[in-house]
Amino acid sequence: MQILHFLSLVFELLISLVVWLLLAPLLPGIVNKVKAWVAGRKGPRLFQLYYDLAKLWKRGVVLSDLASPGFIAATAVSWIAVLAAALLIPLGPVNSLMSFSGDALLLLYLLALSRFCTSWAALETGSAFEGMGTAREVSFAILTETALITAVLTLALKSSSLTLSLMLTPTPGAGTLLLISGLFAALLAESCRVPVDDPNTHLELTMIHEAMILDHSGPLLAASLHGAAMKLLLFSVLLVKIVLPLDELSGIESTLYLIAGIVLVCIAVGLVESFLARYAFKKVPLFLTTAFLFCFFALLTAWKGFAQ
Amino acid sequence: MRELFLVLIPLAGACFAALWPSERTRPWFLPIISAIHTLLMSWLLINPPEVLFHSWMGFDPLARAILPVISLLFLVCSIYGIPYLKIHKERKNRVFVSVILASLGLISAAHMSRHLGLLWIATEGLTLCFVPLIHFSSKPRAIEATWKYLLVSATGIALSLLGSFCLGYASLHGGGQGDLTFTALIAQASSLSRPWVLIAWVLILVGYGTKMGLVPMHAWKPDAYGEAPSMAGALLAGGVSSVAFLALLRVRSVVAAAGAGVIADRTLLFLGLLSMLLAAFFLLSTNNFKRMLAYSSIEQMGILCIGASLGAVGLWAAFFHLWNNCMAKGAIFLSAGNLQRGAGSCTTADAKGLFLIMPHSSLLFMAGLFAITACPPFGLFFSELMIIKNAFFLGYLWVAVLFLFALMLAFFGLTRIVFSVVYGRPKTNSKQLSTKYCEKPATLLPSLILIGAVLFLGLCIPNPLRQIWSDAVQQLIPNL
Amino acid sequence: MNSFLNVLIGLAIGLNLVALGTGRLQALIRVVALQGVILGCVPLLIKPDFNIIIWAFTLITVLMKGFVIPSLLRWASRAANVDRDVTPMIGFVPSLLLGSAGMIAALMLSFQLPLLPEHHGSLLVGGSMATIITGFLLLVGRSKAIAQICGYLVLENGIYLFGLLLVHSIPLLVEAGILLDLIVGIFVAGIVLDRIQRTFDSLDTRKLNILKE
Repeated sequence: MQILHFLSLVFELLISLVVWLLLAPLLPGIVNKVKAWVAGRKGPRLFQLYYDLAKLWKRGVVLSDLASPGFIAATAVSWIAVLAAALLIPLGPVNSLMSFSGDALLLLYLLALSRFCTSWAALETGSAFEGMGTAREVSFAILTETALITAVLTLALKSSSLTLSLMLTPTPGAGTLLLISGLFAALLAESCRVPVDDPNTHLELTMIHEAMILDHSGPLLAASLHGAAMKLLLFSVLLVKIVLPLDELSGIESTLYLIAGIVLVCIAVGLVESFLARYAFKKVPLFLTTAFLFCFFALLTAWKGFAQ
Repeated sequence: MRELFLVLIPLAGACFAALWPSERTRPWFLPIISAIHTLLMSWLLINPPEVLFHSWMGFDPLARAILPVISLLFLVCSIYGIPYLKIHKERKNRVFVSVILASLGLISAAHMSRHLGLLWIATEGLTLCFVPLIHFSSKPRAIEATWKYLLVSATGIALSLLGSFCLGYASLHGGGQGDLTFTALIAQASSLSRPWVLIAWVLILVGYGTKMGLVPMHAWKPDAYGEAPSMAGALLAGGVSSVAFLALLRVRSVVAAAGAGVIADRTLLFLGLLSMLLAAFFLLSTNNFKRMLAYSSIEQMGILCIGASLGAVGLWAAFFHLWNNCMAKGAIFLSAGNLQRGAGSCTTADAKGLFLIMPHSSLLFMAGLFAITACPPFGLFFSELMIIKNAFFLGYLWVAVLFLFALMLAFFGLTRIVFSVVYGRPKTNSKQLSTKYCEKPATLLPSLILIGAVLFLGLCIPNPLRQIWSDAVQQLIPNL
Repeated sequence: MNSFLNVLIGLAIGLNLVALGTGRLQALIRVVALQGVILGCVPLLIKPDFNIIIWAFTLITVLMKGFVIPSLLRWASRAANVDRDVTPMIGFVPSLLLGSAGMIAALMLSFQLPLLPEHHGSLLVGGSMATIITGFLLLVGRSKAIAQICGYLVLENGIYLFGLLLVHSIPLLVEAGILLDLIVGIFVAGIVLDRIQRTFDSLDTRKLNILKE
C-alpha cells in the first residue's frame, strides 16, 4: 500500500508538472489567436511561444558587465517560485502536491518572491530602463497584491480554512461575482495584460514588465517568458475553480470543464486586449484600486452576508 | 385665510412686474406692493386671524413677532430701490424687481409655515430668489460670489430637507403618522424616536445654520454680502437670516418637547459663541466695509442663537435683538451702498475721506456703526444687555465673559474700518464719482428712518410689541 | 419585493463609486442621470398598487432626472467639448477609497439605527446615506462647476431616497414641491454656469479665487 500510495503521488506530480510546464505556453497563443481573429488577421501560430522558447533555449546568454551571478540566480529563483506556487494549486482531478493549512499564504509569498527576484535581476543589469520598469512594476504590484490578499482573505472567510483545496469551492451569490471581477482585473495586472501593460509594446518608455527583461537573453529570457505564461495559467485556474464546482464532478468531466474554463478566460483576456486601449499610467492605480474594492466588497459580503 | 394675502399679493406683484413692459416705471412696483404688504400686516396685527391648530400655514404668534419688522424693512428698502435702479439704468431691472417681490412673498410664507415641508420649500425658493440679486452687477467677482452662495446654500438647504425627513421618520417610528406639522410633532413628542430626533436636530441646525451664516457654515456670507447690491445685502441680513432663525426656533421647540431641549440649547449656545468669536476675529482683519458688514451679521446671528439658548427671558431678548438687528443692518447697509457708489470701491485702500464728499451718508454710516456695536441709547444695547444679564442670572459666567470679549473685539474691528473710511483725504476718483452719484433725499431717507426706529426701540418699547414677543415666547415654551 | 428593491439600491450605490472614479464630464453626467432614473423608479416598488398620481410622479421624476437635467447640463457645458476632464481636487483613488469607506460606514450605521420593522434588511437608509456622502465628496473634490452640480444631484438623489421612507405619510404635494425646487435650482445653476463660462472662459472653479480675506 505504501508503495502504491507513493507511486500515485509520483504520478500526480508528473501530471501536474506536465500541465504546468508544457501546457502553460499555450495560453498566450490562445490570447494572441483571439486578438488576431478580432482584428481580422491570421496572427501567429497557436504554438508560437513553444517555438520561441525552443529557439531561445538554444541561444547563448549575453550578460551585462555589471551583472553579478545573482542575475542568473534571481531569474532562476523567480521561475522556480512560480512553478512552486503553481504546484500548490489543486487541478480538477489531480490534487495538489502538498496540501496543508496555510498553503494559500505560501502561494501569496511565492508569487511575491518571484516578483522580488525578477526585480532584483532587472536591477542587476544596471540599465536605466530596467530600473524604470522595476519601479513601475513594484508600485503597481503594491495595489495588485492588496487585491490578491483581500481575495484570498475572502475565500478563507467563506470556507473558514486556509487550505487551498478547501478554499477553492464556489459559493453562489453576489459576493462571488464581485470576487471574480476583482480577480480578473488582478489577473490582467499580474500577467501584464492590456489595460495595465502591453506585452507587445516595443517602446521602452511605455513598458512595465517588458522593460524589466530587456537585457535578458537566451535561456534566461525563455525562463521569464515561461514564468509569465505559467502565471497566466495559474490565475486562470484560480478563477475557474472559484466559479465551477469541479470537485463535485467526475474526473473526466471536471477536466473538460477546467479546460473549457481556462480557454474561456483566455478568450476574455484576448477580447479585453482587442477592445480596450491601454490606460495611461496615472489611470492604472485607479483600475487596480477598483480591483481591490471589488475584492474588498466581496470580503464584506462574505463577512456580513449583505447580498445573500 | 386673510393672512394668505401676505404671500399671494407679493407673488402676484412679482408676476405683474415680470410682465410689465416699461423699464422706467417698473421699480414703482416695489414700494407699492411693499406698502400694501405693510398695511395688510398692520391690519392683521390689530385683528389677529384665527390660527387653526393643524393648519399648514397661519399667522401665529411667532410669525407675528418677526414678520412686521421684515415688512417694514422691505418697505424702506423698496423706497431706496427706486433711486438705486434709476442710477443703474444700464442694468435690466425686470428680474431684480420681480425677484425682490417674490422673496417678500416667500419670506412671509416661510414665517407663517407651520409645516416643515412647506417651510423648506419656501426657504429653498428664497435661496434661489437671491441668486440673481447677488450677481446683479455681472462683474466676475459677483459671479464668483454667486457660485459660492449657490453651492453652499443649496447644500445646506438640502441637509435641512434631510433633517426634516429624519424628523418625519422619528414620528413614524414612534407610531405616528409622519405628519410634519409642528403642532402634530409636538403633540406626539413624547413618543418620537430619540436617535432620529437628535440626527434631525443636527442636520437641521447645520442646514438652516448655513442659511443664517453660523460659523463654520458661514463661508458664503462675506462673498455674497460683499458683492450683492447693498439693498439685497440689507434684505439678506434682515430677512433671510430671520427666516432661518425662526425655522431653528420652531424645530427646537419640537426637540425640546421630545426631551432633548438641553442638547439643543447646548449646541445653539456653542455655535452662537463660536460665530461671535470667529466673526470678531475676522472683523479685525478684513479691509472691505461690505464684507465687514457680513462678519458683523455673523456675529449678530451668534448673539441671536445665544439668546435663544438661554431660556424664556433670553428668547424674549432674542426677539428684541432680532428687530434691532434687522433695522440697524438695513440702515448701515443702505448707507454703505451710498458710500460704495461715491468711492467706487469698498476697500479701505480706495475708500477714504468720504465725510468730505458724502457727509450725510457718512453720518448715517457712523450712526449705524454705533447702533450695531450696541452703543446706548440704541436698541441693540438693551437687547444685548438683557442677554448678558440673563446669562449671569442663569450662572453661565463664562458665556457672559466670552460674549463681552467678542463684542469688544467686534467694536475694535468695526470702528477701525468705519473711521478709516469716513476720515482722511478722499481720492480724486472718488471726488469725480461722488459728483455723478450725489446724495439725494431718497437715498438717505430710508437709512434715516431705520436708524430712528432703532433709536426709538432703545428709548421705549411700545406695549403691543412687548406683548407679541411674550406671546411668541409662550408659543415656543408653553409650560412656563 | 424587498430584495428587488435592494438590487436597485445596490445598483445606485455601485453608480456612486463609478461617479467617483470617472474622469470624464460627459460620463459623469450620464452616470448621475442613470442613477436618477433608477431611483426614480423606486416609488413604484414601494407602493405597488396602481395609483395614477404615483405613476405620474415617477414619470416626471424620471423624465427630469434622466433627461431634462442632463441635457441642461450638457447645454451648459458646451465648452466641455474642449475641456472634458473633471479635474479632481481630491484624486480619483483617494475619493474612491473615501467613498467606499463612507459607504461601509453608512451601511454599518444604518444597521445600528432604530428602524421600523418593514425597513429591516432594506438598503434604503444605508443607501441614501452612502449616496449623500458620495455627493459631498463630488461637491468638495471636483473643481469643474458641472461636476459640482453633478455632486449636488447625487446628494439630492440620496435625500430623495431617504424621503421614500416617508412615502406613505408625506403628501405628494410636498414631494412635488421639493422636485420643483430642485429643478428650478438646477436651472438657476445652469444659468450661473453659463455666466461663469462667458466671464471666465472656463468652468474650472479654481479660477474663482478673487474673493478672499
